[in-house]
Amino acid sequence: MFYALLCYHQEDVVCAWTREEDDAVMERLAVVHERLARAGKLGPAARLLPTTAATTLRKDQDPPLVLDGPFAETKEQLLGFYLLDCVDLQEALAIARELGVANPGGAYEVRPTSLFLDGGARG
Amino acid sequence: MKQEEARRIGATLTAARPQAIAALLRHFRDLDLAEEAFQEASLRALRTWPENGPPRDAAAWLIFVGRNIALDTVRRRARQAELPPEDVLSDALSDTGDAEAEIVERLDGAQYRDDVLRLLFICCHPDLPAAQQIALALRIVSGLSVRQIARAFLVSEAAMEQRITRAKARVARADVPFEAPGAVERAQRLGGVAAMLYLVFNEGYSAAGDTSAAREPLCEEAIRLARLLLRLFAAEPEIMGLAALMLLQHARARARFDAAGAVILLDRQDRRLWNRAMIAEGLALLDKALRHRRPGPYQVQAAIAALHARAPTPEATDWGEIDLLYGTLEIMQPSPVVTLNRAVAVSKLRGPEAALALVEPLGDKLSGYFHYHGLRGALLMQLGRTAEAREGFMAAIRLATTAAEAAHIRAHLDALK
Repeated sequence: MFYALLCYHQEDVVCAWTREEDDAVMERLAVVHERLARAGKLGPAARLLPTTAATTLRKDQDPPLVLDGPFAETKEQLLGFYLLDCVDLQEALAIARELGVANPGGAYEVRPTSLFLDGGARG
Repeated sequence: MKQEEARRIGATLTAARPQAIAALLRHFRDLDLAEEAFQEASLRALRTWPENGPPRDAAAWLIFVGRNIALDTVRRRARQAELPPEDVLSDALSDTGDAEAEIVERLDGAQYRDDVLRLLFICCHPDLPAAQQIALALRIVSGLSVRQIARAFLVSEAAMEQRITRAKARVARADVPFEAPGAVERAQRLGGVAAMLYLVFNEGYSAAGDTSAAREPLCEEAIRLARLLLRLFAAEPEIMGLAALMLLQHARARARFDAAGAVILLDRQDRRLWNRAMIAEGLALLDKALRHRRPGPYQVQAAIAALHARAPTPEATDWGEIDLLYGTLEIMQPSPVVTLNRAVAVSKLRGPEAALALVEPLGDKLSGYFHYHGLRGALLMQLGRTAEAREGFMAAIRLATTAAEAAHIRAHLDALK
């Protein structure tokens, strides 16, 4: 089944990385990604643009309210996500640990999914 | 010391400066003291870093060293004064014990940007005319030389020196509040801060190929500060426009110079080298801004940059839309430089003659401007008016401020022969 791995980190810290630091992290992650893909564990994954690029639609009213910025003002922000095909939590946590070594700092929220639609869109 | 090493250290100091001065200003509430302490710390860096190697965190090092230097100065002044300024001294001394721990904590929390923002707002004090605010901030926050600032403003070095001296005197007299301003006051200062950030960006962006790496931190700092402003003012379309504009321009950084450091113009750039993530962020921010239907100069300029970014090839550029947008910008923010830029679009749309008709009347105001003579020369060349074109290019070369600019014009001159 798919486990979502939600990547949280302090955005201003990540934005303050030099290009070299950013490249180094992405390079280390690419090694893990490739191994996961070969093992058939890696589903769709994304790195999100900074929260300043976010827009929030509040749909608890009619008409819905469109607001600038992310939904939640948190100390650490949602900066990306993975969908991983794992047999159980133990396996999902093992992958999270491995990704965490390549990309230290922040936190991963491991969350099982109840529905997954592979809509087929390719960006 | 090897020259290259000095340059590298110089670039590091430039990059660390806003953070370090802002932190020192927060500690000591005295702009001159903060600047002097940073200056002295920088000199120490130049002496000790080549031997011991640069510290892992340059800014933390500079804050720590600068803080001790400033404390010595405060103590010396207190001894010399008849009545020691006890409040200042005790305030500064009270938290020296765990200075190191505090620095570690501060850098971990990336709190420095609040310091930087505070520093920006102080430089944008309402008692200062806009031109002085910007010049002061460029000097103090960004550490640009008077000469560099004068160049960005198209004024003489002497005039700029005077402007900065006056601005400093005024800030000192004005008893600037060191608390962060209230929401309304902050919003009023946003315009000045935004303009200043864009100038900071441009100082980095207009660097030549051989210095672009050293100046790139300016572009990145300007973008980071714009993102920070946007987090504080999430619904300000002009700040979105500013951030979008800077991202869309900086996205081309890797394509703008050849291996020898010569400028590659937009229509000759390898578009595969453009940074797609920056373009995506810039387009997303512009998209968000336009939803507010409160257009402004940054949004218009970002929209122009977006049209270039969206064009897969130079031929696919929508010059008609760019001409219209520059026309809008001329109304919002009349300036001969804007008209000069519109002339480029007009030359693509309606040919060199129509563009030249737009360029010629700008001579009075732009006779000291490199790009005026460069474009004029290029248009004359296209029209086959070789002698006049050569004159224009010669004038441009005399005004070139970087080797890359001069080399670019020289290539045109060679083509004329």
